[in-house]
Amino acid sequence: MEILYLLVPLSVVLILAIGAVFWWALNSGQFEDLEGPAHRILMDDDDGRD
Amino acid sequence: MSTAGAAGCFHCGEPVPGGSRFGAVIDGAPRPMCCAGCAAVAQTISDYGLSAYYASRSELPQRELATSAPPRDLAVYDIDEVQKPFVRTGKGGVKQATLLLEGITCGACAWLIERRLGRLDGVRSADVNLAARRVQVEWDDGRTRLSSILQAIAALGYRTQGFDAAESESAAMRERRAMLWRLFVAGLSMMQVMMYAVPVYLAEGDMTRDVEQLMRWASLTLTVPVILWSAGPFFMNAWRGFCAHRVGMDAPVALGIAIAFAASAWATVSGRGEVYFDSITMFVFLLLGARYLEAMARAKAAESQQRLVRHTPAVADRLVPGADPAVTERIAAVRLAPGDLVQVAPGGIIPADGTVTAGSSAADESLLTGEARPAVKRAGDAVIGGSVNLASPLTVQVKRVGPETVLAGIVRLMDRAQASKPRIAQVADRVAQWFVAVLVAVALGTALAWYWIDPSRALWVTVAVLVVSCPCALSLATPAVLAAATGTLHRLGILITRGHALETLGRTTHVVFDKTGTLTEGRPALIGVIPLHGQSRDECLALAAALERGSEHPVARALLSAAADLAPLAASEISNQPGQGIEALVNCRRVRIGSPAFASGIARRPLPEELKFTADEVTVVALADEQGYIALFTLGDVLRAGARWLVRELEARGKIVCLLSGDRRSTVAHLARELGIGTAVGEAGPEAKLAFVRGLQARGAVVAMVGDGINDAPVLAQAQVSIAMGGGTDVAHASADMVLLADDLGRLSAAFDVARDAMRIIRQNLAWAAAYNAVAIPLAVAGWITPLIAGVGMAASSLAVVMNALRLQAAGTRHGSRSAPRETGRQLLTVR
Repeated sequence: MEILYLLVPLSVVLILAIGAVFWWALNSGQFEDLEGPAHRILMDDDDGRD
Repeated sequence: MSTAGAAGCFHCGEPVPGGSRFGAVIDGAPRPMCCAGCAAVAQTISDYGLSAYYASRSELPQRELATSAPPRDLAVYDIDEVQKPFVRTGKGGVKQATLLLEGITCGACAWLIERRLGRLDGVRSADVNLAARRVQVEWDDGRTRLSSILQAIAALGYRTQGFDAAESESAAMRERRAMLWRLFVAGLSMMQVMMYAVPVYLAEGDMTRDVEQLMRWASLTLTVPVILWSAGPFFMNAWRGFCAHRVGMDAPVALGIAIAFAASAWATVSGRGEVYFDSITMFVFLLLGARYLEAMARAKAAESQQRLVRHTPAVADRLVPGADPAVTERIAAVRLAPGDLVQVAPGGIIPADGTVTAGSSAADESLLTGEARPAVKRAGDAVIGGSVNLASPLTVQVKRVGPETVLAGIVRLMDRAQASKPRIAQVADRVAQWFVAVLVAVALGTALAWYWIDPSRALWVTVAVLVVSCPCALSLATPAVLAAATGTLHRLGILITRGHALETLGRTTHVVFDKTGTLTEGRPALIGVIPLHGQSRDECLALAAALERGSEHPVARALLSAAADLAPLAASEISNQPGQGIEALVNCRRVRIGSPAFASGIARRPLPEELKFTADEVTVVALADEQGYIALFTLGDVLRAGARWLVRELEARGKIVCLLSGDRRSTVAHLARELGIGTAVGEAGPEAKLAFVRGLQARGAVVAMVGDGINDAPVLAQAQVSIAMGGGTDVAHASADMVLLADDLGRLSAAFDVARDAMRIIRQNLAWAAAYNAVAIPLAVAGWITPLIAGVGMAASSLAVVMNALRLQAAGTRHGSRSAPRETGRQLLTVR
């Protein structure tokens, strides 16, 4: 059962990481626009001056 | 990926008309354009080096946007008063706004706008949200103006439809988001802590000490965020109450959580004693869930008011005085003055109260009157600022602005209602204080007693006592019920202006109508047409209308409004005999309309005896020409919409309906009989009315007085609850406890229902709370309840009262749909 000494702390870290990632995602607007980024990748980002 | 057809306009793809002289040089190659608008937009795009747009777009732009004239007078948006509702001002003149965009068709559009705005000097960032069709701009107000930003967007062929005011009302949104986060953190922790707690329970002591200790440390780690973040509001509220020397509802909760956490943490560190991390996280999660529901209910109730406040438009199109042809200028709505003429486009919001001077349309006044059907607006009709013009352009002469408007009056009355708490809420607050104080004392006593009996259990029994008690029905559910009821009534067009109105209305035994005018329209309307010469009803009416056109007499207006849908006839040589009638020439016939005596002058014989009416309530108008009588029109006062229904419904609810009036006894008695009102007093002066109401009250009656809200103030004040009706334009002056904004009287019965339901739900909640606490607290004191069960029980009870309170919202919708049936035509006061 020694593995528990690894798995239990790991689960704590995992939960905290999930919370933190979700927090970041929500606050940085990752869910704001689910459509635009798909198109944006096709646009040249060279500032448009050729 | 280019979508411009070889033959079509390079910008919009429409066919280029033969011999088009429009074009633009894009990426060094001349391109044909269909029109000047597209050429201008394409040139702008090319000039700013954004022609990559054409290579990567997947949809064509909307042509009409490029070709329509660019919006004028954008400078109005630089005025601070106009910006106020939607622009956030940060430090150092940095401003931020969210604009709604029109004409965005694909990702390339978003790119184009972001690039173009990014090139504008002073714009710090521009983020287009393609899904929501919005752009969030942040700019330095010292270096650029909002108008330049709008201009730049317009030059690309897009339109800014308006501003997202909801976005700027972020205080409420932030709060809601924080609440959801607290709930999320508590939920996540709860699930994981349960994962650690359940094996310990299941192992029943078989687990090695080290593993159990490991589980405890893991639980402790995950409970810390719940205590620090999720349970924050409980601690804050308790602390705030403590500072104000009061014990709030959150005091026992905060105390319970704090003690439980401290003891569990100490047990973990020292390795001795029990831990209850699972109980703490679950308790916080469930309690936050109940609070969240309650906050949502409140937000929904406040929504109608927020919508009202938001409904005042920022700008208005004013007709420049003296300009010919008519020219409009866009000015800030706050700068409008009475007498100004404004143009309201279809779909636009009428900027201030006024009168229609030109155009005919329909207006949606549902926010102001609760009336869902559009109201027809023709020249001469009054319009309310904040209502929406639906069909076609209107020219409106402004009558009232600023704080004088109906909208401002309604908002003011709603604020007043919120400032005064109903008595039941005050009592609940006071009782809650006592409850909590007693509870803390009981908890202390329990702690001491158990310390005496069994010191090892004293701590957890005390925590259970603190946690199990539930004052939610007092402090949480009662305000929620009242807020939901107020919001429901506002949607029905009934405004509560004083806190106590709902409560008193629920207890009302007698409904007294202050005057005949509250039940009738108070002006004559056409009751019947009796053709005497073989002509149709419509022919007679059209003839009468031709004679009466231009007259301001009430009878004339009644006839004209009855004939409004008929083709007009022309009359000439009109001569008016005041007090008698009108004579004129129609179709080469000399015709008279007026009193039977006046008409007999041209018909050269008196009205036949059997056609003479003697009723007081009915006015008879005769129409005659040289051949004899053509028709008789009977006119009388008509009942207001829903009056009959209201009286029936009130009586069905066991209320006694009375009618007090200063009118003649016979008129009052007739009206009372017509409506089925049992008690009617006619020829009653203000003193007699007051005495009547006092007499009812002396016998223990709770009187609701329905009046016009302006006159008869003493008797309205004497009644326990007063209802002003047809508030309409006079709403700002109404002093009554409630104002009926809609014209439809029948809605009042819904008010009685909502008030009764609200009071019943409050009583149910209080009864439930009393029963629950009476059972749970003694059990906890006796030590039969573990902290876990206490937490679940309290949260469940809290949830139960909040859910019960939310029932009122569903009930509100039901009452709304069950309002008075639409009466076809007008209900008539029949002739005796």
